Amino acid sequence: MVDSLIGTFYLTDLPDCPLIHMINILNWFFLLLTMTASIGLMLSRGWKWILGFLAIQYLGVFWFVQTVWPFSLAIVKLISGIIACLALASSQEGTTSFSKLETSWPQGILFRLFSASIVLLTTLGVAPQVSNWLGINNLHGIWVSLLLMGFGFLQLGITAQPMRVIIALLTLLSGFEIIYSYIETSTLVAALLVVINVGLSLVGLYLLKATDQERP
Amino acid sequence: MSAPIIWIFIPVILGIILWFLPDSRIVVLLGIGIPLVLSLIAWFLPLDSPFVVGNLSFKISSNLTILGRHLILSSNDQPLLIFIYSSLCLWYLCSVVAGSPYKLISYGLLITSLLISAIAVEPFLYAALIIETAILISIPLLNPRKKTPGRGLIRYLVFQTIAMPFILFSGWLLAGVSSSPGELSLSGQAAIFLGLGFIFLLAIFPFNTWIPLLSEETNPSQMSLILWIFPTIGLLFGLYFLDTYSWIRDSNYLLIVLRLSGIITMVSGGVWAAFQKNLKRLIAYAIIMEMGSSLLAISIKGSIGIDLFFGLLLPRTITIFFWAMALTIILGTNSNGQFASIKGFGRKYPFASIVLVLSHFSFVGLPLLAGFPIHMALWVQLGKLSIYYAFWYLIANIGLLTGGIRVLAVLVTSSEKEGFLSLENWSQRIFLSIGILILILLGILPQWITPLLSRLPSMFNHLAK
Repeated sequence: MVDSLIGTFYLTDLPDCPLIHMINILNWFFLLLTMTASIGLMLSRGWKWILGFLAIQYLGVFWFVQTVWPFSLAIVKLISGIIACLALASSQEGTTSFSKLETSWPQGILFRLFSASIVLLTTLGVAPQVSNWLGINNLHGIWVSLLLMGFGFLQLGITAQPMRVIIALLTLLSGFEIIYSYIETSTLVAALLVVINVGLSLVGLYLLKATDQERP
Repeated sequence: MSAPIIWIFIPVILGIILWFLPDSRIVVLLGIGIPLVLSLIAWFLPLDSPFVVGNLSFKISSNLTILGRHLILSSNDQPLLIFIYSSLCLWYLCSVVAGSPYKLISYGLLITSLLISAIAVEPFLYAALIIETAILISIPLLNPRKKTPGRGLIRYLVFQTIAMPFILFSGWLLAGVSSSPGELSLSGQAAIFLGLGFIFLLAIFPFNTWIPLLSEETNPSQMSLILWIFPTIGLLFGLYFLDTYSWIRDSNYLLIVLRLSGIITMVSGGVWAAFQKNLKRLIAYAIIMEMGSSLLAISIKGSIGIDLFFGLLLPRTITIFFWAMALTIILGTNSNGQFASIKGFGRKYPFASIVLVLSHFSFVGLPLLAGFPIHMALWVQLGKLSIYYAFWYLIANIGLLTGGIRVLAVLVTSSEKEGFLSLENWSQRIFLSIGILILILLGILPQWITPLLSRLPSMFNHLAK
């Protein structure tokens, strides 16, 4: 089943044009890059790693958004994402780990990998239908979008720590932004989404500073 | 000059300026004065028609264009502007009298003006993005002392943020439905996404768990603003959808869904309120029940439902603010709101205790209190629809009433033989007395607020008819 699903992503009937093949390969590359970054984001504990993965995730978002938006508008996603990462990084001076161990949820890497793989397979299965339903001819983009939203929801479900929650919300919104970019190209929407992304990271910064101040 | 500049941009700028002002007295005076002036301007100035001041002629246009999108505040929106800015003024007064930090004033102004822009923006789907921005601004208001954020605050942020993608996406689907109205499957999908968005945005059961948690974690004054303005604007935003899309408005399924979700929200709030042992959480359950009442009001077909919906707004606003003020005064800065820690406080804070109990009973809809006329009218309408809805409405209110009676018992019970001793200061006593008077007068003479309430539905083109 997985083979046939992956087959739908591998466009065998592409016209014999090197540029289109190149774009297809790049789509695959950024899909795998974003997927790796998202899984890394779930498994890592060190803040440098987490923010690094988040930045890579935004690179993926930028790539898939620029397939439909003008480059000059799509780059805004990357810039706002990097600003969000920097804002979160500025709250981490003198610390190594982003968050304490959760007490009430399963924490093992195996559990996270298992739940991530469920999201991965579910989104892989759903992506072609969603693509059909929305009439969007970019399966890679749709899959990445669903994947990010799925990982966002998954992280929201297994953590209550402010910083993890902010990152989960940023991931969720990143996924939504990809799918929404296919259907809405308004500059005002892009601007407001940037405000929300940067605003969320500033809220994260504020909440994390508050948490640090209360630590003995 | 245009209306959005007066009621959106100027308050935003003033809100930012107020944040930087160091003198608390000036901030308080401006904080109370600005919304008062804005509501008076909304009352007296005509929009889109010239008026003369001395030798000068002015005209305030209702439209402002930004990046190809419009902000429109027409003369039909003026009653809403009066209501929102005068309510904000009342909130400031209540907060200041209760001794809340003055820095919060600027946040209130910023959040309110942003939410007004959410009402004004065309296409109105952009409102979801603006509401989310306002939610982000509200975080420092709810956690001003930089404490470790509690579960309530985190859930509030998560649930409200999740609402935005659902609403934006449903907007796109709704546009598709408009272009091909015959496609029933698309309509269903749009309705599901829209419903999910509003369940999160309006904190409808079961996504309202953050309200009691947040209420427990936060100062009642700050919390009262958030739990007043976001549901109010969220409901108005929802009504815009109904007003715009006739297929949603005319759907019988929608009315059933609204009724069921309203009654479930109410009953869940009422049952929890009956067993509650924390004063801070009780106000949260009362507000949850009010949300349920609003949904029930909207579910009543025709202009009666809309009249009931707007009729609930004013008594609710006044009651929430006075309740929160009384709670802030009684709890001070140290108490966690547990019943055990406030035993006999009715003897130390008699004025605040009376306001607290009256506000509680006003939400229940007890006779001669502010909430009575409109709750009675809603109950009558529900009874006409189905006796079952009326029965469950009664059960929910009995739950809240039980909570109120327990509060009353806790406040007046004292193990020590001590007399009455008012620890409120003079301004608090005066203001709380005004609160008592208003809560009773609105119950006895509801026609006093009819002129404003009767004009509010005019902001909708189809629903009001």
